[in-house]
Amino acid sequence: MAAPIGQPRVRIPAQARAGEVIDIRTLISHIMETGQRRDQAGAIIPRDIIKRFEAKFEGQLVFAMDLAPAISANPYIAFPFKVEKAGSFEFTWTNDAGEERKATNDIKLA
Amino acid sequence: MHAAPTPSRRVMLALAAGGVAISLLPRPASAQLAAPTQAAIDRIRGGRTPQEGRVTLRLPPIAENGNTVPMTVSVESPMTAADHVKTIYVFADKNPTPDLATFHLTPAMGRASVDTRIRLGTTQDVVAIAEMSDGNLFMTRAEVKVTIGGCGG
Repeated sequence: MAAPIGQPRVRIPAQARAGEVIDIRTLISHIMETGQRRDQAGAIIPRDIIKRFEAKFEGQLVFAMDLAPAISANPYIAFPFKVEKAGSFEFTWTNDAGEERKATNDIKLA
Repeated sequence: MHAAPTPSRRVMLALAAGGVAISLLPRPASAQLAAPTQAAIDRIRGGRTPQEGRVTLRLPPIAENGNTVPMTVSVESPMTAADHVKTIYVFADKNPTPDLATFHLTPAMGRASVDTRIRLGTTQDVVAIAEMSDGNLFMTRAEVKVTIGGCGG
């Protein structure tokens, strides 16, 4: 019954110089239901959040985040990355039910 | 044909109120945190004492909408294999549960800086603690005045 994890959007430069620190910006559509709210009948609406985000470059973990219900709906996460070589990024969002949504992006050396 | 003055007037009133509160009540950095926040920090500390400095929390001083408050947390660090930030813990002192986020960093990032958007239920302090690769802890806090709370309701 978990809410669907929406389309991820990632903004990352297609190419960068070796040694350059780039900014990676990510956004994913998700309700981030806190588990604090009640429905019209007064029953607690169960918690349903994206609880984990991971960014891997060439299979190596670069950055991860554990999210709490206090992260806004449609979580926005941005972080830097120092480019040393061309390669492939894999981003993974995981919800409370353990369902995953992935996005991949390649980066080339300028 | 006249522009609706409400939002800007609300901001001005909030600014005025905020200014008064700050001038009347200078709050020491060591002001008491709520018990759940302190307990969460104590679990991280494990007997270590966080130092001041090196961590910067960028938050708006006044958030009109507590449902989405932009936050940047950064740490002064060379981010090398020998000397980097491992983890940044962020807490909201007066939310129903204090946990906001835990960021896991690596030297591959080149810079220790993370952006996200948070929910704040009411006016409160946000606390950030950075754990370095040598085990040292650095801590900072910032107050956000919230006009409309962002927790359920």
